[in-house]
Amino acid sequence: MSTRTGKQTIVLGSPPVVIGGAAIVGKKEGDGPLARFFDQIIDDEYFGEKSFEKAESRLLRDTLVKTLEKCGKSASNVHFIISGDLQNQCTAASYAFRDVQVPFLGIYGACSTMAESLAIGAVLIDAGAAEMTACITSSHFCSAEKQFRYPLEFGSQRTPTAQWTVTGAGCILLEKQGNGPGITHLTCGTVIDMGIKDANNMGGAMAPAACDTILRHLEDTGRSLDYYDLVLTGDLGSFGRSMLVKLLRDNGVDPGDRYNDCGCMIFDLERQDVVCGGSGCGCSAAVLSTYVLELMNQRKLNKVLFVATGALLSPTWIQQGDSIPSIAHAVSLENTP
Amino acid sequence: MTDIVKAFITGGIICVIAQLLTDYTGITPARIMVLFVVTGVVLGILGIYPAIVEFGGAGATIPLTGFGNTLAKGVIKAVNETGLAGVLTGGVKAASAGISSAITFGYIMAIVSKPKLK
Amino acid sequence: MSKKITPHEYRHLVEKTMPSSRVLRNVLAAFVTGGLICAVAQVFFMGLKSMGVDEETAFMLTTVIMIFLGAVLTGLNIYDKIGKFGGAGASIPVTGFSNSIVSPAMEYKREGYVMGVGAKMFLIAGPVLVYGIFASVVAGLIYYVWTQVM
Repeated sequence: MSTRTGKQTIVLGSPPVVIGGAAIVGKKEGDGPLARFFDQIIDDEYFGEKSFEKAESRLLRDTLVKTLEKCGKSASNVHFIISGDLQNQCTAASYAFRDVQVPFLGIYGACSTMAESLAIGAVLIDAGAAEMTACITSSHFCSAEKQFRYPLEFGSQRTPTAQWTVTGAGCILLEKQGNGPGITHLTCGTVIDMGIKDANNMGGAMAPAACDTILRHLEDTGRSLDYYDLVLTGDLGSFGRSMLVKLLRDNGVDPGDRYNDCGCMIFDLERQDVVCGGSGCGCSAAVLSTYVLELMNQRKLNKVLFVATGALLSPTWIQQGDSIPSIAHAVSLENTP
Repeated sequence: MTDIVKAFITGGIICVIAQLLTDYTGITPARIMVLFVVTGVVLGILGIYPAIVEFGGAGATIPLTGFGNTLAKGVIKAVNETGLAGVLTGGVKAASAGISSAITFGYIMAIVSKPKLK
Repeated sequence: MSKKITPHEYRHLVEKTMPSSRVLRNVLAAFVTGGLICAVAQVFFMGLKSMGVDEETAFMLTTVIMIFLGAVLTGLNIYDKIGKFGGAGASIPVTGFSNSIVSPAMEYKREGYVMGVGAKMFLIAGPVLVYGIFASVVAGLIYYVWTQVM
């Protein structure tokens, strides 16, 4: 049974287990520092489909298949697919799973979607409503550019705080029992808007949300950041990351070198021309479901606080002159001693 | 040869102004393009831009300010020839070759090629 | 949120610590890119004139040639790289105007030839035409009134 502690945190009575994960990514991600952890690298941004949107859908579908394969499960074992992406009406996910006969929950939390998906999936299992859930999110550089910015072939320069949307999908299978790290605590964040209006500065917009959720998690659980081996934000990028460190220090919390950011890890910022780093629902999902999971299974990491962050903007609201509301959800993953 | 150098310098300076505006104000590419066309119309109608064209040649006509100047030049000519009606016909008539070619080439390229991630 | 910082203070902090554009590099790149495009155009212009084309037509044809080159370079997936290097040096010349028409036309081809290519073609260039033409009408009207009064 799940119970509440403090203001926003859920304690999972019998922590659902991460029994496996997989990620499929694009060529640029496959050229990055984490390449060897990914299950498949796609060279063609169309992924054999006719449009970027369809390619993203296929990323999701193939990633689910790969994860089930790795875990030796079949789709009929899965009680819920909880999935989201960046496309309008979260259609990459809906279209991806239209032929899979599994109850489907489509969610949107921008780049925080993976944590939202894990939270829902874990609570459903802990509540006894499901034996197994699949948490899976994606993003695609080209479909995101088309929807949020300029056409691909339009010649323009990126501003110094811009981030690069990751092409990729990551999936995690949660089960009531099994081998792997368990999800012990969830801290769902509140929507926070500090008035940043520059859609090319999402890291700056999201940092306060990450700070708020992390502080809230620590207060609710009575833990200090030292408790964790790794604190991992979703995709603040290098600028957002530096802002978060500043904000945490202002509140008397020093994250030290146990803190990192998926957006800064998935690309080589010096070499890969991505300005401040990666972003998109696929970024934190791919890093968590492969790299982090592998290190946890090897017991090189035992306690990880995964804080996925999302900038909840749309081009319409930004054109209307409004600012960027942001969110962060924290998921505590722990190996049993 | 000097004409080519003059064109290089004139075009270069106009683009530098746009770049400085972009870097210091964060203005979007679409807005800067609009701003430059309108500036071209204003400078054209005031008779300033034709002097720049005189010096820079293609270096003045190729930037979007030159497109604005073409619109202004066209409307002045049409008003001189046909009076009030020229207000409505002059600009587009002068810019028609540019607009029609952009549409035609744009359409053809859209049919034959597709966007790629490099 | 952390009780210590207000949105106003935070925005201030962001603006203060934000990495800034590499202005010198960008300006030099814009100068070279824009200058080169115009120099190429000047060569075409001089060539046309030496063939006996009158000045006004030569300017017009030069513009058309540059629009054609911009469209082809966009279709060959090259112009976005020029734009990334040259910034305003690539977007302000008429080749950039052409790029702003061809790039959405290509991007939205999958949405069909009418509502995709046809409608989205002017996603970025539309405002340029709207304000350019509107400004020319206003300017023309002022000029007309001025000629009547003088």
